[in-house]
Amino acid sequence: MDIHALQQIVHKTRDARRKQTIPKFAPTERDQLIHKYHPDFRASAYRPIKFGPNEGDKTVMELAALLEGDSSIQDHADLTAHYTCDVLVIGGGGAGCAAALHAHGAGAKTILATKLRLGDSNSVMAQGGMQISVAPEDSPVTHFIDTLKGGHMENDHALLKTMVEDGPSIAKWLLELGVLFDRQADGNLHVKKGGGSSKPRLLTCSDYTGLEIMRVLKDEVINQKIQLLEFAAAIELLSDEAGNCTGAIFKDLDNQRHVVVAAKCVILATGGIGRLHIQGFPTSNHYGATGDGLCLSYRMGAKLAHIDTFQYHPSGAVYPEQLIGQLVTEGIRSEGGHLVNATGERFVNELDTRDVVSSSIIRECEEGRGIRTMSGRVGVWLDTPLLDAEHGPGTVEKHFPAMMLQFERFGIDISKDPVLIYPTLHYQNGGVKIDTNSETNVKNLFVAGEASGGLHGRNRLMGNSLLDLMVYGKRSGLTAAGRVASMKQGQLTLKHLQRFRAEAKKHGNVSGVISPMILPAYTRKVN
Amino acid sequence: MAQDDANVIDQPEVMTPRMVTIEIAGKKVDVPEGITVVKAMWYAGMDVVRGVGCLGGFCGACATYYRTKDDPKVRTCLACQMAVQDGMSFTMMPPFPARKATYELQKLQDPKQDLFNLYPEAPLCRNCNACTEACPQKIDVREGVWKAVFGDFKSVSEMFMDCVMCGMCTPVCIADIAPNLVALYVSRAQGAHFSEKPVGLDVRIKEIQDGQYNEEWDKVLKMSEKQLAEHCATVK
Ligand SMILES: Cc1cc2nc3c(=O)[nH]c(=O)nc-3n(C[C@H](O)[C@H](O)[C@H](O)COP(=O)(O)OP(=O)(O)OC[C@H]3O[C@@H](n4cnc5c(N)ncnc54)[C@H](O)[C@@H]3O)c2cc1C
Ligand code: SF4
Ligand code: SF4
Ligand code: FES
Repeated sequence: MDIHALQQIVHKTRDARRKQTIPKFAPTERDQLIHKYHPDFRASAYRPIKFGPNEGDKTVMELAALLEGDSSIQDHADLTAHYTCDVLVIGGGGAGCAAALHAHGAGAKTILATKLRLGDSNSVMAQGGMQISVAPEDSPVTHFIDTLKGGHMENDHALLKTMVEDGPSIAKWLLELGVLFDRQADGNLHVKKGGGSSKPRLLTCSDYTGLEIMRVLKDEVINQKIQLLEFAAAIELLSDEAGNCTGAIFKDLDNQRHVVVAAKCVILATGGIGRLHIQGFPTSNHYGATGDGLCLSYRMGAKLAHIDTFQYHPSGAVYPEQLIGQLVTEGIRSEGGHLVNATGERFVNELDTRDVVSSSIIRECEEGRGIRTMSGRVGVWLDTPLLDAEHGPGTVEKHFPAMMLQFERFGIDISKDPVLIYPTLHYQNGGVKIDTNSETNVKNLFVAGEASGGLHGRNRLMGNSLLDLMVYGKRSGLTAAGRVASMKQGQLTLKHLQRFRAEAKKHGNVSGVISPMILPAYTRKVN
Repeated sequence: MAQDDANVIDQPEVMTPRMVTIEIAGKKVDVPEGITVVKAMWYAGMDVVRGVGCLGGFCGACATYYRTKDDPKVRTCLACQMAVQDGMSFTMMPPFPARKATYELQKLQDPKQDLFNLYPEAPLCRNCNACTEACPQKIDVREGVWKAVFGDFKSVSEMFMDCVMCGMCTPVCIADIAPNLVALYVSRAQGAHFSEKPVGLDVRIKEIQDGQYNEEWDKVLKMSEKQLAEHCATVK
């Protein structure tokens, strides 16, 4: 059938649905649902890691192979440094920029190296907003509790407490840099309610929160004249005799040469894993989200946390084909948008946590209540026109200009027609285990942002990532900068790699891949 | 997976696409109709490093010129957000060496006046409107430049919220203005110097510094796993 014909049921049932309230699942129901339908519980997609700091822990096949993978660096590679600095920041997203600005601000000679251009990252795409407890009826403790619930109680308490308490001062820092958060009429910060939160707590810049923050941070990195290495992909870390981190080797993607950077402290801010397309899922992530930081740290001996759990964002576009996997912001549901199956029914409280909502969408589709496209994809409707019906014409256009434009390019007006969505691989809930200074168990190796783990437990709450980036970007930058004055540059060796290779050999060199991946292999082999 | 066939979208564009001929940087290639320009490059066997970033229409790395069949007009797009049609030709825009002024934002005394020191070319706009026509985000760039010059920083900051910094407005400017960089400065100045201070935020920061939540923290952090779970259940 024609898409418009299929959409009729959404229009027809709208008024009736508006009168409904759908209760959230009781804890046992919710657990049953997740265990049955969430991709994290598909046992066949998982296997134990064979060796290294997380030996025996299960993770998805795609990641396990990379973690056990070999380095592209030879044992006797030339390690003469091309650059020397106090603090080397790897990754030019939100966490990397925040780390570099703070390290530089505290007087450390800082280099920021990144795989693509500065700012080409997941961070620019964040639309939904940033959770900070600024509302009078809210508090850092409530923020803590909401996050714990979302994370299935497995969040690292110390990391989480630090994040929620640092939040308000981060908002102040960003405002001082000129970030234009939405305001209330009285000048106070406007807060929206996000999925899984008991209080309105999302700070937003229209639906361009990440873009606005990144425009400002990038501009500031350039204003501060922090040394930049762009199109430089980290492919190995360096260690001294004691196993502490002392620098990194990069591949210059313009000329394929190796670039060695010596540093007293290294901050990895390389982001997530969406481009590994775990379990075949499409993704909302940027081109370079290939989990490089996990592989690099793992070979250095850093322990990973919660790497068996990933976030599948409930609303990835399924139609049109060109937008597959791209995010339809959660903001639509925050503002009251319904999820509707092929029979015109709602089937979940749209503001439940992401794992619950995603699981229920998968359930609808697997039980035959989805809408299928001829290319073989399936999804459910997100009733976007409802927002105009509820809050007055023009609401969608006013509050979601980015979303409107994205679909308009393909001739779809989301304020008039619902969109077809299905979960998309969105976020790596776990990552390299860190302490409250953002440091790993490897001395002088810090990890900040999505690449780090522990804070979000088994499911990150919407809007907590942007805050995580800023808080731990800042902490890593300040801690590293505070340490370098009393340090000497350590030796540059590949001792850690030799150790790792010996272990890999003991286990039969099974992986067969070179890691990190750097970029996904999308180029078609043409004969 | 029982699926009622009545619920299948079978419009032509989602069925097996037909092949079309397009030109990538002057080279003819056959690709499936309707895929994005970036995917067309991958399909044609090209490795793309420069020219791709977010793949989501937000980073501006994929700024591209294109022309449709038989139309003399060269237009602009974001290659990750543009579907290919038969006869289309396109070329990615190389990085353009625009000058970005550097400044210590917080130290500016008179940001509206400072604009003319940082970007002395800004008031030389000749109203040709080429920048507006070049903007893939449909921003009225020309209007923005004038508003900046006349000191209406607030409007500029609102107009350029959609700006992905693709830079396509810059090479076309006959007055050598980089409108997006001017707007970025103006927007930051608006945020840092001309926006109200949110009082509630300072109150919250002080509450935290003064330890107002310490008692509650003590209580929560001392709870056993079970107690904490029960407590969490009461917060709705
Ligand atoms: C579409 C989308 C919407 C989102 N919306 C929200 C939201 O509304 N609120 C929220 O809180 N969170 C949101 N998130 C999550 C959040 O944006 C990300 O988790 C966060 O931006 C990650 O920041 P980061 O700095 O850790 O990594 P990124 O921003 O991804 O940056 C990582 C950087 O490291 C570089 N890099 C990677 N590997 C290497 C290497 N080997 N060498 C050198 N550099 C490397 C990358 O190119 C990139 O520049 C969203 C995510 C996506 C994808
Ligand atoms: S204003 Fe300029 S830089 Fe910004 S989106 Fe438009 S063309 Fe691109
Ligand atoms: S292109 Fe330059 S001269 Fe023409 S309207 Fe835009 S800013 Fe003015
Ligand atoms: S790749 Fe980022 S806008 Fe196209």
